[in-house]
Amino acid sequence: MDDGAALILVKQDVDVVLARQRGRELAAQAGFTGSNLTLIATAISEIARNIVVYAGQGELVISLAQDHERRGIKVVGSDQGPGIPDIKLAMQDGYSTGRSLGLGLPGARRLMDDFEIFSEPGVGTTITMWKWLPS
Amino acid sequence: MTVPILKQGSVLIACVQSALTDGELSQLRDELAQGIGRYRATGVIVDVSAVDVLDSFGSRTLRSIVFIARLRGAETVVVGIQPEVAYAMVQLGLTMEGIATALDMEEGLALLHAVPRARRGV
Repeated sequence: MDDGAALILVKQDVDVVLARQRGRELAAQAGFTGSNLTLIATAISEIARNIVVYAGQGELVISLAQDHERRGIKVVGSDQGPGIPDIKLAMQDGYSTGRSLGLGLPGARRLMDDFEIFSEPGVGTTITMWKWLPS
Repeated sequence: MTVPILKQGSVLIACVQSALTDGELSQLRDELAQGIGRYRATGVIVDVSAVDVLDSFGSRTLRSIVFIARLRGAETVVVGIQPEVAYAMVQLGLTMEGIATALDMEEGLALLHAVPRARRGV
């Protein structure tokens, strides 16, 4: 991939660690500093784990983002897993069908600035999230 | 990588020295639960000062370690949570209620030694 972007295949727990480390590097490259780097790495960790736990495998694409005057980082996590039947429910704190606290998706949304989720049962899930550099 | 567990007096000390996978974290939890019996430990310190991300799974596993240790008769202090990590945990919605924390190893050991056993965890 181009400089400033990374594609990470996510299949097992070691990939979750790899993804968040790569995300931290790219976020630093984008100009983020201090606690923002940790927020981004933590959000990536949550959605990468969701892929491993619920879909078995998928991929993350992390890239530098630009929107008008804003610059930042964009993270897309996608899988061809079972999908999320009720997104509204899945985005609620404390809701989980897996082995988690149910803070993964709503937590990741709080850590980032913008968050979109698209999911279709039997087809898969795509989560896109952005963090913008403080102006 | 596995986390080395050291024994100092009646305290087990686990220093997490790098980012851990979920599997490695679960392994640490199990080894500490075993170690408390093997070494007749009454205290546990988990040093996470080298950890750069504590997400929902990491925090949940730390909680498990604390409560499993308590059921095994040992009190745990989590030490060294970095400022950025603490900020991210709060943003995620993770609190460490009922869990003793301390700034660093020295404070953690002091806390374990200062609190009378019967009153710990209250």
